[in-house]
Amino acid sequence: MGAQKKRAAAAAAAARVSEDPDDLARQPLQAILLADSFTTKFRPITLERPKVLLPLVNVPMINYTLAWLEAAGVAEVFVFCCAHSKQVIDYLENSEWFSQPNFTVKTIESHNIISAGDALRLIYEQNVALVDIACLLKLVSLSRLKLATCYTLTICFLVVLSFKIHGDFVLISGDTVSNMSLTQALQEHKERKKKDNNAVMTMIIKKSKPSPITRQSRLGTDELFMAIDPNTKQLLYYEDKADHSKGTICLDKMLLAENPSISLHNDKQDCYIDICSPEVLSLFTDNFDYQHLRRHFVKGLLLDDIMGYKIFTHEIHSSYAARIDNYRSYDIVSKDIIQRWTYPYVPDVKFCGNRATKLERRGICFTAFNSEIEQSRSAQVGSFTVIGYGTKIGSNSKISDSVIGEGCTIGSNVLIEGSYIWDNVIIEDGCELRHVIVCDGVIMKAGAVLKPGVVLSFKVVIGERFVVPAYSKVSLLQQPTVHDSDEELEYADNSSGTVEFSSIQGTADQSNGEMTSESSEAHKPKLGTGGVGYIWSICEGGQEEEWRHSVAPIPEDKLTELSEAMDDDQELVTQDRTALSTSGELISDSNASEGDDNEDSKDDSVYFEKEVEATFLRAVEENVKVDHVILEVNSLRLSYNMTSADCAGAVFYSMMKLAIKTPHSSAIGLLTLYPSPFSMVASNAYPIYLSGELQQNTANIITTWQKLLKSYLLEIDEEIEIILKFEEMCLESAKEFSPLFARILHILYDKDILQEDAILRWADEKEGADESDKVFVRQSEKFIQWLREASEEED
Amino acid sequence: MPDIQALVSDLPSKLRKRRVQGSYETARLTAELLRAVILQHKEPTASGAASLIEAVRRVGEQLIAANPVELAVGNIVRHVLHIIREEDLSPLTDIVGELKLSAEDDVEDIAEDENSQKSSATTDGCLLKPPLLLAVFEHLPDSAPACQTFSSENIFAGKADKSAKKLKSELIKAVNELIEDINTCREGIAEQAMELIHQNEVILTLGHSKFVKEFLCAAKEKKRSFEVFIADGAPKFEGHILAKELDKKGLKAIVITDSAVFAMISRVNMVIVGVHAVMANGGVIAPAGLHVLALAAKKHDVPFVVVASTHELCSLYPHNLEVLLNEMRCPSELLNFEEFSDCIDYGIASSSSLLHVVNPAFDYVPPELIRLFVTDIGGYSPSYIYRLIADYYSSEDLPPQQKPAS
Repeated sequence: MGAQKKRAAAAAAAARVSEDPDDLARQPLQAILLADSFTTKFRPITLERPKVLLPLVNVPMINYTLAWLEAAGVAEVFVFCCAHSKQVIDYLENSEWFSQPNFTVKTIESHNIISAGDALRLIYEQNVALVDIACLLKLVSLSRLKLATCYTLTICFLVVLSFKIHGDFVLISGDTVSNMSLTQALQEHKERKKKDNNAVMTMIIKKSKPSPITRQSRLGTDELFMAIDPNTKQLLYYEDKADHSKGTICLDKMLLAENPSISLHNDKQDCYIDICSPEVLSLFTDNFDYQHLRRHFVKGLLLDDIMGYKIFTHEIHSSYAARIDNYRSYDIVSKDIIQRWTYPYVPDVKFCGNRATKLERRGICFTAFNSEIEQSRSAQVGSFTVIGYGTKIGSNSKISDSVIGEGCTIGSNVLIEGSYIWDNVIIEDGCELRHVIVCDGVIMKAGAVLKPGVVLSFKVVIGERFVVPAYSKVSLLQQPTVHDSDEELEYADNSSGTVEFSSIQGTADQSNGEMTSESSEAHKPKLGTGGVGYIWSICEGGQEEEWRHSVAPIPEDKLTELSEAMDDDQELVTQDRTALSTSGELISDSNASEGDDNEDSKDDSVYFEKEVEATFLRAVEENVKVDHVILEVNSLRLSYNMTSADCAGAVFYSMMKLAIKTPHSSAIGLLTLYPSPFSMVASNAYPIYLSGELQQNTANIITTWQKLLKSYLLEIDEEIEIILKFEEMCLESAKEFSPLFARILHILYDKDILQEDAILRWADEKEGADESDKVFVRQSEKFIQWLREASEEED
Repeated sequence: MPDIQALVSDLPSKLRKRRVQGSYETARLTAELLRAVILQHKEPTASGAASLIEAVRRVGEQLIAANPVELAVGNIVRHVLHIIREEDLSPLTDIVGELKLSAEDDVEDIAEDENSQKSSATTDGCLLKPPLLLAVFEHLPDSAPACQTFSSENIFAGKADKSAKKLKSELIKAVNELIEDINTCREGIAEQAMELIHQNEVILTLGHSKFVKEFLCAAKEKKRSFEVFIADGAPKFEGHILAKELDKKGLKAIVITDSAVFAMISRVNMVIVGVHAVMANGGVIAPAGLHVLALAAKKHDVPFVVVASTHELCSLYPHNLEVLLNEMRCPSELLNFEEFSDCIDYGIASSSSLLHVVNPAFDYVPPELIRLFVTDIGGYSPSYIYRLIADYYSSEDLPPQQKPAS
């Protein structure tokens, strides 16, 4: 580790030396393109084809990213391939990207990479490997490895030589569509870097309001909270997984202390385009736990104040940038492309090797057409539709807001709405497709219906008149049974593309051959007569979350449901505010904080009472000395910050509880004789109800522990507190005592626990109270009378 | 020739990616590329100009396909082809003249004249140059093959090599001149400013055209004093740039919005605008908003003058214009995406958003609304454009290019 740090430092130093202004100017800009999202959101499609090669308006996604990088002035792109790396590399080799002047694309392949963090670590290792060649070669010779191994190692290093990151680079994933200009952001980044060496990253953000109802952005990502310094544009806080149920977010107090002004945004969208300094790579290497670019790296940097690395933001206004993160963003970005927000990366501009498309006017708006499509006269193709080369459309079919790939055959009376149909799909007569994704080679037999949100993976066959339920995903491959809870890890368990491809073939062949046997198996849901494929059960996230990320628009009923739920929430929140008050850290107004205190003290007193009771019971059981119990209760009093009145109340409460719990030896009430005239009177009044034993128990306990109780009865207030407590107990928790109230009061008086003043004052206080409150005063009326007389006599 | 290959693939990719835009820039680059193509072309002795024509046409088709909206590319390609044909023809006319010993002296004179002048119609303002008429006559019966048979079955085979070399050097000279013309066309246009802009006049223009700017500045330099209204040219508001530039030159400029054009037109003496392309029927393709301005000018009988260079002269007729030769630009020029991002949300309930933005770049202004074309070779009325086109382009080159339009 130490060595690694040193190496990092050396590399950083080397970078710094070379960073004189002239160098900066002529250094070609580099980019690292991650051709893998390291997630599983596009399953089951991504089991067979890497996400970056999925067609977006009939062009594989990676082309949008590469075209933008080229236009933005990036000279060298390292494409990092993991899952299906062979497919990606094959595609790139056959594309025109390898033959562009002033734009080089290099691929890095690795299969055991499971996260973006790993990928960057690998790149860094290859980067610093240069420094270590000599030392490693020495090591090799020392360990006397075979000559062949030496050769392979050298070859490895030679390969590595070409992957050198020598300056600032753009970090982007291969599913990003943008048309922004990098010049300004790059300029800002470099200037900041010159002033402050710790400004390692500039993050591109864009304004986008999240929906108040669904709490997600239009791209289907969760609401994002960012705290940004409005002057320096420094990113101070980043939270994309805020807990909505709580309705609050937490900011570190230090943030507020250190920064004079902070603007907190929830309407910013992270474009996932970062301009990074070379240090970023070494940071990833130093922190092995950085996996996710945002969740770990960005948050890690923001929290880590030891190194003091800073992240800044650059907001773009008119230009477009979005990352395709889930099916919803696939849908939204496709529509943005068709509506030309991503100009010049639009269907009718040949920005990469795509075929020429032309626009035709449909109604007010435009439809992109390829020149060679066969379209029946009665077919209706609506606006905002793109139709690929060589597609045939039958009569009376209606297509709107959709993208149809190349070589598709669409029968007659077909309805296609808001759907994405890839290449070579056969849709027979009378099918209905609404808001679905249909991959290459799918066959839909006549009359089949796809409900909104359905995803049909490659080469699936849907049987005649079969209705695929909403949000289901159908694939030829079976759903992986073992489910890793960590989504980062899930994606990488695919081996290389070739293996999978053969497996597809295998399944297809097998399914063709053994159609009947397959469909007879009970656990596989059938796809109608002649259907081939498995419907994946929805498990991760559950049905509940499925609509959030699907291609289908959010259904009305869900929206109303949500908005109702939200209203309820708000009511709850307001109720909380008034009655209980939330423990919101952001709420700083005095009312709320007072509420907090009340809440806390209430909680505390309950805990305190319990603790005291436990202590007391223990003391009784273990015969602990009274002094020790006093000590313990005192320490509790201090730790809970209670008054001695509270202690007295609690101790008394515990004593009474004990009295109840002590087993009753007999059910017959016995009159215990006390040498007082009053006791006789009282017992006469309630002869039947008196549970003499209870009284006896109470008397015994009071006698035993009077010292404990007395130590808290410093003033008359505490004594009154005890009476009130006793009254409360009689009413609520220990109704057994209610008939004995007067008697126990008398006992307490006899034992000098309560003074007559306290009792009289209690009686006076109760004078003006409600009738219901006076129950016990009346019960002990005679006793009080007697007390009064006694005091008068004394006078 | 790796470098020529790189060049040839470079410009189309630039055009495709919309990195080169504007008729002037594209015209210049196209001419330079074609010059390189001619320079690098290894001429097989037998076929003469035919293979060269084929080579140029191939490159030309690539260029045109790259961005069909930039009509200047096609214009230059066709013009270069025309030059090649003319040059190829001129030695023939020599031979024909010698053989026939014809009484038509002027034919030979003209042939010589053309040899000396190299380029056909660009240099002098004269329109109806006789050699062109001759070419037309000769080509009429059997247009393309005639040329080939003459050149391939050249009886004077010995002369062929020489003539081929000569042809090439002549061609390079001619194309050089064409590039020179493109570079200097603004001055040519500006020269006529004095004749059109009079003292104390009020001129109205829209957006920003380099030709218009030069034109106005030229008049100012000659001590004419006049006022200029500038409609700002939404959505790019390039009129503001023009206003700044004119201010530097000491011209009085008043900026108005596009929508105020009709309100101001009654105070205006003349409308001068630049365009994207001039069509064969005399109509123009111009920045969006010009049609309205032209109609306003027509209503108040204010002369609507178009300044255009010869490379903007397009041999196409405006069929299905609004789609074929228009460019739908980015909607973010019009409105801020982020402000409307919640409206442009397709995810909620109804499948597609109700808010759409359409941003066409061009308008088509029909010829009847245009009073005068001011070009670098003089002023013409719209009805005369077809003649200019006949001068500039050979009829053989038109059909393949017009195919996509039909």
